[in-house]
Amino acid sequence: MTCAEFLAMLDELIDDTVTAGVRVELEAHLRCCEHCTVTLSTTRKTIQIYRSHEIYDLPPGLRERLHKAIMERCKKGC
Amino acid sequence: MATIQPIAGELEPHPDVALVDRVRRGDVSAYDELVRKYERQIFRIAQHITQNREDAEDVMQDAFLKAYEKLDQFQGNSKFYTWLVRIAVNESLMRLRKRRTGKMVSIDEDIETDEGSVPRDLADWAPDPEQNYGQAELAGILRKTIQGLPPGFRVVFALRDVEGLSTEETAETLGLSVPAVKSRLLRARLQLRERLSRYFKRKKGGGK
Repeated sequence: MTCAEFLAMLDELIDDTVTAGVRVELEAHLRCCEHCTVTLSTTRKTIQIYRSHEIYDLPPGLRERLHKAIMERCKKGC
Repeated sequence: MATIQPIAGELEPHPDVALVDRVRRGDVSAYDELVRKYERQIFRIAQHITQNREDAEDVMQDAFLKAYEKLDQFQGNSKFYTWLVRIAVNESLMRLRKRRTGKMVSIDEDIETDEGSVPRDLADWAPDPEQNYGQAELAGILRKTIQGLPPGFRVVFALRDVEGLSTEETAETLGLSVPAVKSRLLRARLQLRERLSRYFKRKKGGGK
């Protein structure tokens, strides 16, 4: 397996949607390719970091403003 | 006598179905519950697309109001959340287009870029690279990094990886084909990885 072929299956490997047979091939490639091993681990880490850190805080008062707007709308007829 | 247990997610209706029914019967407090449940996600998605706090606030308000007004059109054959996301994505793109008058902003155009196709940076990262930064500094790095992606990549990454929509739901929400979502997701992930390497790569001669 070449690095390009590995890369084409990277998302499936990360998302755990590969078949058992393909997984064996991908893992065999990883054992002898440091480049793809690093690509896989750091791509996984990229996703995990974005998933676990809140980078946009909800502005204070936004929920209240929204609630008020919905109630206003409701008065016109729900 | 043995009882047959329903399989979660297959036979049991989604909890949002009951909330939507209550709203339809005039119970506005049920809509408040839906707002509380999804406000963070909708605001995040709007921020990811518009990259503008003011616009994201307006999008969140407009999306929830529009969903409320159009609740009768919600068929129930998709999840309420994905239906709401679709409204928020459309509102966000409209705002983005207004800000970039004259510039086409499209998420379905094919974005040609060599970046992301072949990873160039081979450096491994420190074991827990985010530990080297304070929370505010890290959030700044993550914001700056994702801002650099084309909108079409950014939105796919945000929906699929941050908000946890499936590939099929992401495709349906954005009006893209499944292969187009897959292609953008791979390139988005690789571009983000490469850009974050500037901050997170293992320093030479040290553990971190």
